[in-house]
Amino acid sequence: MSFYGLVDGTEASLKSYLNNLSGVDQVGAEARAAMLATRSIKTTSKRWAIETAITMVDLTTLEGADTPGKVKALCTKAVRPDPTDSSVPSVGAVCVYNDMVSVARTHLDLIGGQHVPVAAVSTAFPSGRASMPVKIQDTQDAIDAGAAEIDMVIDRGAFLAGRYIDVFNEIVQIKEVCADKAHLKVIFETGELVTYDNVRKASFLAMAAGADFIKTSTGKVAPAATPPVVLVMLEAVRDFYEMTNTRIGVKPAGGIRTTKDAIKQLVLVNETVGPDWLNPKLFRIGASALLNDLLMQRMKLDEGYYSSPQYVTMD
Amino acid sequence: MSFEYAPAPESRAVVSIKPKYGHFIGGKFVAGSKHFPTINPATEEVLSQIALAGKAEVDAAVKAARKAYTTTWSKMSGKERGKYLYRIARIMQERAREFAVLETLDNGKPIRESRDTDIPLAAAHFFYHAGWADKLEYAGLGTSPKPLGVAGQIIPWNFPLLMLAWKVAPALAAGNTVVLKPAESTSLTALLFAEVCQQAELPAGVVNIVTGDGSTGALIVNHPGIDKIAFTGSTEVGKLIARAVAPTKKSVTLELGGKAANIVFDDAPIDETVEGIVNGIFFNQGHVCCAGSRLLLQENVAEEVLHKLKNRMEKIRVGDPMDKNTDVGAINSKEQLAKITELAAAGDAEGAERWSPACNLPGKGFWFAPTIFTGVTQAHRIAREEIFGPVLSVLTFRTPQEAIEKANNTPFGLSAGIWSEKGSRTLWASQQLRAGVIWANTFNKFDPTSPFGGYKESGWGREGGRHGLSAYLKGVSHE
Repeated sequence: MSFYGLVDGTEASLKSYLNNLSGVDQVGAEARAAMLATRSIKTTSKRWAIETAITMVDLTTLEGADTPGKVKALCTKAVRPDPTDSSVPSVGAVCVYNDMVSVARTHLDLIGGQHVPVAAVSTAFPSGRASMPVKIQDTQDAIDAGAAEIDMVIDRGAFLAGRYIDVFNEIVQIKEVCADKAHLKVIFETGELVTYDNVRKASFLAMAAGADFIKTSTGKVAPAATPPVVLVMLEAVRDFYEMTNTRIGVKPAGGIRTTKDAIKQLVLVNETVGPDWLNPKLFRIGASALLNDLLMQRMKLDEGYYSSPQYVTMD
Repeated sequence: MSFEYAPAPESRAVVSIKPKYGHFIGGKFVAGSKHFPTINPATEEVLSQIALAGKAEVDAAVKAARKAYTTTWSKMSGKERGKYLYRIARIMQERAREFAVLETLDNGKPIRESRDTDIPLAAAHFFYHAGWADKLEYAGLGTSPKPLGVAGQIIPWNFPLLMLAWKVAPALAAGNTVVLKPAESTSLTALLFAEVCQQAELPAGVVNIVTGDGSTGALIVNHPGIDKIAFTGSTEVGKLIARAVAPTKKSVTLELGGKAANIVFDDAPIDETVEGIVNGIFFNQGHVCCAGSRLLLQENVAEEVLHKLKNRMEKIRVGDPMDKNTDVGAINSKEQLAKITELAAAGDAEGAERWSPACNLPGKGFWFAPTIFTGVTQAHRIAREEIFGPVLSVLTFRTPQEAIEKANNTPFGLSAGIWSEKGSRTLWASQQLRAGVIWANTFNKFDPTSPFGGYKESGWGREGGRHGLSAYLKGVSHE
């Protein structure tokens, strides 16, 4: 693999590549994200943002209690989020555990949701604590069952111990499994990496290793997709595009529950990396509760008042 | 597919502007004799008629201030004075939206800044100094520091209410009374503040506000009944004031111009540095005495920083100051716009390279696009003179020593910025720079606890913190 000509696969080249990154000033990054959060998105732009955000949702269920029934219900919602209004677009993807992929895929195909991909969390999600053969098999199983997107976790222990080359090699190997069959999203679990310097470093590491998307979190650790974390990742993606002419996607996940939260994310995208990224091919939001709030806000724009939650479907 | 932000205008219904204003003297609004218009610089709409104070009005204001000083304010316990200051601070917070809208209409600054910066900081200054009022003997200025008497205070148009707070809050906390003159083009929030004084039941005459132009300012400066002059404005006027008060017993503090160096070392956190550069020069349309108007880039990162800076500047939203999404508003006056235009033209003529992002400036009002000049040297006028507008001069340097020499090679010394991830370099540079305020990995951050003021032609004395308080007290060091 060529790794965009940025590294040659050796530890030395990876180290020098990562050491060349400029640092992130915590206060400055947080101030910028806070300033962008003051943008006031009203009327026509709010409508556009809500429609766009719906198409970006990776509608997710990642519970020990997931059953085929629950997953099928989620798929139905994904294809047609508002059963009373066919103008509401389908979401970006359905995101489930490995063993639920075939249930989801089969059901989506059955109900006319061929256009909605299934994303599988992988590589011993959420902790990433398993041997490499297990992680590879985990990924292969998901792809065989019909997953078109793989959301892998990195080994945070290796990253924090400074074994960047191990993290890099894992991503490379999972990417080989995905090949052209599945898109690869790489989850950092930013709540465990903690510093923005680490987030920036992980972003560049994952992009060079072959990630199609970089993703903040598993949803199992807080804090997750905070605006400054997403800002730092978007800046990394923007810089990487200038270096390689390749557009990498970004997926914040965890803690984005309201339309307001989602619009803040879209503003970050718009003013950091630009409008090219404002589509589900390059920006996704991992969420479950968010979709209903988007639907309720959409109804409010149409009808002028807030509906009761009884007017949106529960799953 | 694109994400255009629909207009999000703040409502102006919250303010009621009278067609004509008088002065605030002895706790009452008194009619003025002559008037001049004050306009909204974003639309050129006449907002109101402002009174022009002459000798009679200034005399009356000084007399009221003296009476209040002698009979009430200097005799009142610090604890009681503090209560009034706390009350003023709380009312300012309660009426924050009104102040913000009025400030934006009269000054042209974006509502986001008046709402999020000017007004909260102004209230914070009153809260901070309210706390000092009963603790003056612990300020390190002797065991029983005494007020100076009547303070004449002349403030600029760039942060009208905030500069009022910087002046009035410490003066009152220390037991002085004041005669304040807002800038000619931005009197409205000071007049609203007068209403707040009434609402807080501040004793009559403790705060007097006379409006007018430079002639009114001169009457205050030269008034024999005034014990202290505090001025914020241009170095040119500051020199006139210094001459005028030199033969008198008046004490004086001056906050004057600046030409701050914003120094970027090659190990800077680049994205936040770019934000800091933008905030340093385009905050408040660059109408900031401590603006980071000279960008000094280490040559080995200059290209990268400029590339990112230009990309970032493409995102700056210039336009209607009342729109909540506006980043850069209107230039405060026709005169200031002419001055900025003239200095920018000098930059062109002297061979610097001008760049601005594409932006549609409104047809009416006073506007100047965010601008950078590259290829600037120390000898250019735009590297030496204060432009007081959204114009950045970019210079480069090779070594840290050269950066310091260039940064200090100016008659000014108000502020400076240092961008580096290396703590030892930041500490070293901050000790070499001859400037009153030095920001490290940030810019244009203000806090009432922190003294603010200049070296050299940037002024005398400090405002804010314990140092600022001492400018309104006779302590051991003044006796």
